[in-house]
Amino acid sequence: MTNLRWKIVTVIAVFIIFFAVGPYPILAARYHLPAPAWLMDKQLKLGLDLKGGVHLVLRVQTEDALRLETDLESERLRDALRTANIPGNVVPVSSTQFRVDGVPPGQDAAFRQTANEVQTNFERSSGSNGSYTFTMRANVQVNLRAEAVVQARQTIERRVNELGVTEPSITQQGNDQIMVQLPGVTDVERAKQIMGSQGLLELKIVERVAGTKEELMTNGQAPEGMEILPGSGGSGDAGTMFYLVKRAAAVTGRDLRNARPSLDENNRPAVSFTLNTEGGRKFGKVSGENVGRQLAIILDGRVQSAPTLESRITTDGRISGSFTPDEVQNLSLILRSGALPATLTYLEERTIGPSLGADSIRSGVRASIAGLVLIVVFMLVYYKASGVNAVVALIFNLVILLGLMAYIGAVMTLPGIAGFVLTMGIGVDSSVLIFERIKEELEAQRGVRAAINFGFSRVFWTLMDTHVAALISCAFLFQFGTGPIRGFALTLVIGLASNLFTSIFVSKTIFEVELANRRQATTLSI
Amino acid sequence: MHIFKDTHFDFLRWRWHAIVLSWVIIIAGLVTVWTQGIPKGVEFAGGTVVIERFDGAVSVQQVREALDKNYPGGGQNTVVQAIGDPNAHMVMVRVPQVGSEVGTSLSAEAQKVEDALDKAGLGKRTREGAEIVGATVGQELTRKGILATVLSLVGILFYLAFRFQFSFGVGAVVATIHDLLITLAFLAFFRYDMSLNVIAAILTMTGFSTNDTIVIFDRIRENLRSMRRDSMHHVINESINQTLTRTVITSGTALLTALALFFFGGEVLHGFAFTMVVGIITGTYSSVFIAAAIVSLWRGTAPTRAAAHAPGTAGAAPAQQPQRKQKPQRKARAS
Repeated sequence: MTNLRWKIVTVIAVFIIFFAVGPYPILAARYHLPAPAWLMDKQLKLGLDLKGGVHLVLRVQTEDALRLETDLESERLRDALRTANIPGNVVPVSSTQFRVDGVPPGQDAAFRQTANEVQTNFERSSGSNGSYTFTMRANVQVNLRAEAVVQARQTIERRVNELGVTEPSITQQGNDQIMVQLPGVTDVERAKQIMGSQGLLELKIVERVAGTKEELMTNGQAPEGMEILPGSGGSGDAGTMFYLVKRAAAVTGRDLRNARPSLDENNRPAVSFTLNTEGGRKFGKVSGENVGRQLAIILDGRVQSAPTLESRITTDGRISGSFTPDEVQNLSLILRSGALPATLTYLEERTIGPSLGADSIRSGVRASIAGLVLIVVFMLVYYKASGVNAVVALIFNLVILLGLMAYIGAVMTLPGIAGFVLTMGIGVDSSVLIFERIKEELEAQRGVRAAINFGFSRVFWTLMDTHVAALISCAFLFQFGTGPIRGFALTLVIGLASNLFTSIFVSKTIFEVELANRRQATTLSI
Repeated sequence: MHIFKDTHFDFLRWRWHAIVLSWVIIIAGLVTVWTQGIPKGVEFAGGTVVIERFDGAVSVQQVREALDKNYPGGGQNTVVQAIGDPNAHMVMVRVPQVGSEVGTSLSAEAQKVEDALDKAGLGKRTREGAEIVGATVGQELTRKGILATVLSLVGILFYLAFRFQFSFGVGAVVATIHDLLITLAFLAFFRYDMSLNVIAAILTMTGFSTNDTIVIFDRIRENLRSMRRDSMHHVINESINQTLTRTVITSGTALLTALALFFFGGEVLHGFAFTMVVGIITGTYSSVFIAAAIVSLWRGTAPTRAAAHAPGTAGAAPAQQPQRKQKPQRKARAS
């Protein structure tokens, strides 16, 4: 008896807990019932297709990608000219053009040969006085722009996923725009900041440091192959100093394997990063050759800090500066998801309605409820009193599923609901399997108690097999699938677990309660 | 109350008919896909986005109905969303790209949408913007989805091979692939667009079908232990008959719900509900006529001396059903 009492207590407790987390906040919001704020925060969130969200349109400044390529190319040519001992001054002209001045007439042929070896993406035209203009080929421009947009899209996708937004919609729009829709995002500013930061990490050896830009210039501009970068302007190390560094970076964020929040030696928030093997090799070489010099850690063109290299460093480093814990979180996320190939500007920021449309959702919900009612009526007619048992199991399932979804903060979308529907289907199936088995056993002239026990113990392994098989396929869907497929798998996993509990434990307990009230159980309404 | 009591239909007798029928449908489906392609929804194919601002209040439903009636191809896979401040009466319409024309038909597509809206008399409107959009579901996502499905099938194959026998695993996986192909064939016949909703429905019906198959397999495994002298053919038939009531109730209730969704769920859920309806029917059919048939073909008609090993059911007592003993055992029909 005490055993049964404990079972009843468990069943009721489970029901109350899951009801409080799952359905109650939804009902409370709808009918203005009292509910504590922490509970309302946990309320099950609806996805883009069911509730809508934030609609952002970004433009990828593909000009940046072109400029980067032009920079790299002119850099390569400058190096090649130096190695070949050909005088010549490389000057940037525009994002797709650069010029080489002052090639002596005698070395014309040598210059042409060197240039041919280096540049492939540019067209060369010669001007007067040994001056040559290099223009990026039109098809290369088109490709680079397209690539930049695709890369930007992928980077944004990674960042939004890291942000924990479930099932966003990210679409390329027009030539250079990206449409991003985020469901249930409340902090639009943070989302914008994370999506829009370029996140380009560079490590460069500092040549000189000065308080003003002018001190570092020669003839009114940065020395050839060098650039002057401002400090991040924060307190302490980076100050308002200017740094003279090489244009080409020793190591960039591309060689990054991981980045995570940590603390620096003064216990201030910082970001620790790990380089991959290739990056580690490069960094080890550079740091080994430059012990005692300053290393500039540059983020999006600003020097965050410039610690002095005390020994050779290979794979591990740290970015410290004056960060808040939140900034450190965001920064590690941005670094992990890789740099954007170009800067982004925001064209639009609007709220958006559900993509399924409120009208379709309403009719969908109505049809589902009609379907559920039909099932309930059928179960009650066909299984009589035992049908109540099946209906209770169904309701239990629903409550646990909603509760767990809300608890883990899952976002409900249509694929999720599909998982929900499948759970309900398998739930009904479990009840039917058990009842049919009990019926069979009753016909085999077993007593009621024995028939029930037998029915449950026999069906137990059937249920195990069907559920474990479904769990296995869910595991694969979750691991390798994306977006909606994951949403489906997640709901189904939760549903399968709750279904095993209700059909084996709850349903059995109800039968036991029914039998406990009767001295002699000879008949069963089934 | 009983739906079926003590039936003895010889289901396996129809296995070759069933296999031929399935092949006919699958091949017809493949031909349809080959010649006409799979129509892709805006999420997969990309398309055109048009944002319209109405002077008066216009509901999303009205816009959808207008497109349904007047837009070539119907509004089946157009996505209509309210956008911006509700007082601005702005609606965003996304329509899939037709055929292979990329980027050339922006103004033409936008014009078609606007014509459809004007024909419905929704009042004065101005175009806020029109853009060509790419696919939301990129190539990578599609590739990953297929990979996930294949791997999950392999997982099920191994699990069933471990819990039942290898032939059972093969039967279940072939039945699932069969269901996928049949469903795709019907989607192609009725020209439903491939959208995320349809994908969700396909996943659901795959799960449903596997569940159905395993329940029947479980009964076969149990009977194999108690009916050692019977042929596999006979054991399978009896098992299907014994679970017939359960199969009909489970599939019937599921089908009822899917039909409710199909008829009353609204235009947007049509593709989803249609896939579910087809999936449930083919899933139930394949459990009997494909999965069980494959096990019977694999094992032949010889008596089943070696019972399926089942670690889990070892404790359950076999051979307790009297009706099985009373009935004269039918000999397996050679097919």
